Amino acid sequence: MSWAHSQPEVWSHLWQTQLPRLIGNTLSLLVGVGVGVTFIGVLSAWCVTHYEFPGRRWIEWALMLPLAIPPYVMAFVFLGIWDFSGPIQQSIKAIYPEFQYINMRGTVGVSIVLSLVLYPYVYLTSRAAFYRLGNSQLEAARLLGMNSWRTFLHVGLPMAKPGVLVGLSLVMMETLADFGAVAVFNFDTFTTAIYKAWYGFFNLEAAAQLASLLLIMVALVAWLEIQARKHPVSCGRTERRERRHLNLCRGWCLTLFLCSLLIIAFGLPLIRLIIWSIDYPTELDMRFLGFILNSLALGSIAGGCLVITGFLLAWYRHQHPHRTVTLFGRMMTAGYALPGSVLAVGIMLILIGTDQVIIAPIMESLGWEPWVLAGSLFGLILAYWIRFFSVAHNPLHAAFYSLTPSLPEAARSLGVPEKGLIWRLYLPLFSPTCLMAFIMVAIDVMKEMPATLLLRPFGWETLAVKVYELTAEGEWERAAMPALLLVALSLIPVIYLTRRSDFKSR
Amino acid sequence: MSLRASSWLQVSLAALAATWSLVVPTVSQAESSAKADKLVVYSSRKEHLIKPLFDRYEKEKGVKIEYITGEAGPLITRLKREGKKSPADILMTVDAGNLWYAASQNILAPIDSPILESSIPSHLQDAQNRWFAFTKRARTIVYATDRVKPEELSTYEDLADKKWRGRLCLRTSKKVYNQSLVATLIETHGEKKAEAIVKGWVDNLATDVFSNDTKAMEAVMAGQCDVTIVNTYYFGRLQKANPNIKLAIFWPNQQDRGVHVNVSGAGITQASQHKAEAQAFLTWLSQGEAQAMFANLNQEFPANPEVPSSKEVQAWGTFKEDSVAIEVAGKRQQQAIQLMDRAGYR
Repeated sequence: MSWAHSQPEVWSHLWQTQLPRLIGNTLSLLVGVGVGVTFIGVLSAWCVTHYEFPGRRWIEWALMLPLAIPPYVMAFVFLGIWDFSGPIQQSIKAIYPEFQYINMRGTVGVSIVLSLVLYPYVYLTSRAAFYRLGNSQLEAARLLGMNSWRTFLHVGLPMAKPGVLVGLSLVMMETLADFGAVAVFNFDTFTTAIYKAWYGFFNLEAAAQLASLLLIMVALVAWLEIQARKHPVSCGRTERRERRHLNLCRGWCLTLFLCSLLIIAFGLPLIRLIIWSIDYPTELDMRFLGFILNSLALGSIAGGCLVITGFLLAWYRHQHPHRTVTLFGRMMTAGYALPGSVLAVGIMLILIGTDQVIIAPIMESLGWEPWVLAGSLFGLILAYWIRFFSVAHNPLHAAFYSLTPSLPEAARSLGVPEKGLIWRLYLPLFSPTCLMAFIMVAIDVMKEMPATLLLRPFGWETLAVKVYELTAEGEWERAAMPALLLVALSLIPVIYLTRRSDFKSR
Repeated sequence: MSLRASSWLQVSLAALAATWSLVVPTVSQAESSAKADKLVVYSSRKEHLIKPLFDRYEKEKGVKIEYITGEAGPLITRLKREGKKSPADILMTVDAGNLWYAASQNILAPIDSPILESSIPSHLQDAQNRWFAFTKRARTIVYATDRVKPEELSTYEDLADKKWRGRLCLRTSKKVYNQSLVATLIETHGEKKAEAIVKGWVDNLATDVFSNDTKAMEAVMAGQCDVTIVNTYYFGRLQKANPNIKLAIFWPNQQDRGVHVNVSGAGITQASQHKAEAQAFLTWLSQGEAQAMFANLNQEFPANPEVPSSKEVQAWGTFKEDSVAIEVAGKRQQQAIQLMDRAGYR
């Protein structure tokens, strides 16, 4: 629709000065983050599912913790620690005055930051996939003389591919939509270009056109996810897993490796935030309680709405696997890659239009005070709904997908009517998945910034909004306190997630 | 199995209860908006820089001020689309470019106030009185005192000179403050010369540009570069945290047009149903203690020349400021961005 008003001047300018670099940057970031999360996520998942080493039990759940850190918080903490003016490079310089500097603000730096906060998605899905692998296949591989590395490459990885790809596609979408982290690095991607077209050129049309180009990339990622679904792996019975015991030296090496990962991805940022919070105590008053409650409320409302609708669509797709239904499902999930603010503006314009064209005339003719959708809670929840639908829907869809047909058949043969299957079979069976989806949505919503900023009703200040207000003016130290609270708040569901019975080691 | 189902039920019930308890207050809030003892402000100035004033105004005059903060672009878009139905009475934003854009979108109403007219200098207000500036911020040069002598510095233009090769740090061109600075360069020198200057800056960069002024100054402190261009209040903040900081302010272009100043300002919306009350608030803000408090919250300069700035700010010394009409920043913003893109200034 936006292409109706072509913007030749802006476009020729963009093409000459920006677009090639934007595309290059965006693609290299996708590759960098993709490699990063796959490496960290899959490898660590393989280690905790297949080896026994000191501290394995708590490392296994601690690896999920970075999920609680919003990317923009990680970005400013990372630069605070690792950039030239940060403590690490400065102490190197104090020892070796000849030391020039290592630029942490390029593709590599951004990729590291996004990988560190996003790898838990891949870790979670591939860990689940590795657990579903039967012992027998791996045992067979070993009997055939494969060493553990080759077992991983030739048996483990191919069989876990669908799970890995599902996690990876989530990560890619998050990467495409990210604005906060790349802005801290001043790394130009499509998202930053959309902002620039809008704020700089005051040109909403050009921004919308850039956004539609972004959707092409989203389609690529969607293709990745389709690939994942193409080869479903027969999930064997989940058996009690026998972990290989590593010898003392190797075991401790592995512990050390995973611990240093945890320290870099979670420990250091947390310590940095705590130190900043102590050095710059923000006026921590009762208002913060309000911010916390608002964050929690938005997270749970959105979580509830999304899980219910996500479940219904997954069920419908399962019952009616037509092409149109599948296509509809895919379209619904594409919102995940939309930058929050682009989505928010779109929704705002539509709501204001609805208010003026439909609601106001009806209300006025009835003689009632007109109420408005724009700036109401409804608009905000709608934005979350579109943005995070795939977070709730995808795991549920996957759950239905991996269901062996024999189960519903058995239920039917026991006299359960078709409609009753939802209540008597699917809901009880998938309630852990529902809960997980709810938690993931709640965490995402609490971390979400641009849409919340634009669509929140009066008085709905949240922790994320507070963090934005302080970071926007470069007051990272003062933002530490609300950021820390936000991390703590997201930690509760993350830890809960890891404490669930099916997450605990089998 | 029943246990699982019950946990699922609990979650949905909790969500439903939460939804209900939250929808109700929203409705009652909408009802109360008819009363006139309340003003609504859309602000791109951050909450911690405006709330103390709003609280004070409520205490003094009994008028409650409700506000929503956000970025200027989305807020202006929102005002424009809300049209006559907008709940907002006042738009408050930083940067002259944003104020100019808001005025050009016909969302601000002219204000007829002799007090505002006489207290705010004419180059800091809209020609049609649709907005007034309330604070000024100077964008100036900051240098490392241990590596640069102030005599070496002279103008913004001079930073393009070869002697600064590898010694300059800058903030991103995406920030509107730099766009406004370059807009005034274009106004003074014409596009061609301005582009040569910006190219010179880019050639002199010691490292990739930074996402904010504070980081640029930290890089100067760390020795990555020797000079940078920042807004004074960012320097003020660093100075407050560390009084022995090895950085100092230099006021450029004192022999010609003066230091580039930008503003934060406000206007009354076309849609406002409480224009008189809104005007009363803005008038209050332009005078005496309120004006001083507004500027001091962020270590800025009061726009009203009769109100003195804070002690810390006065300690930076007096300077000649560029008196070009500040709306130039808005008119030439797009041109400035395109120029910076061509020059490779990210």
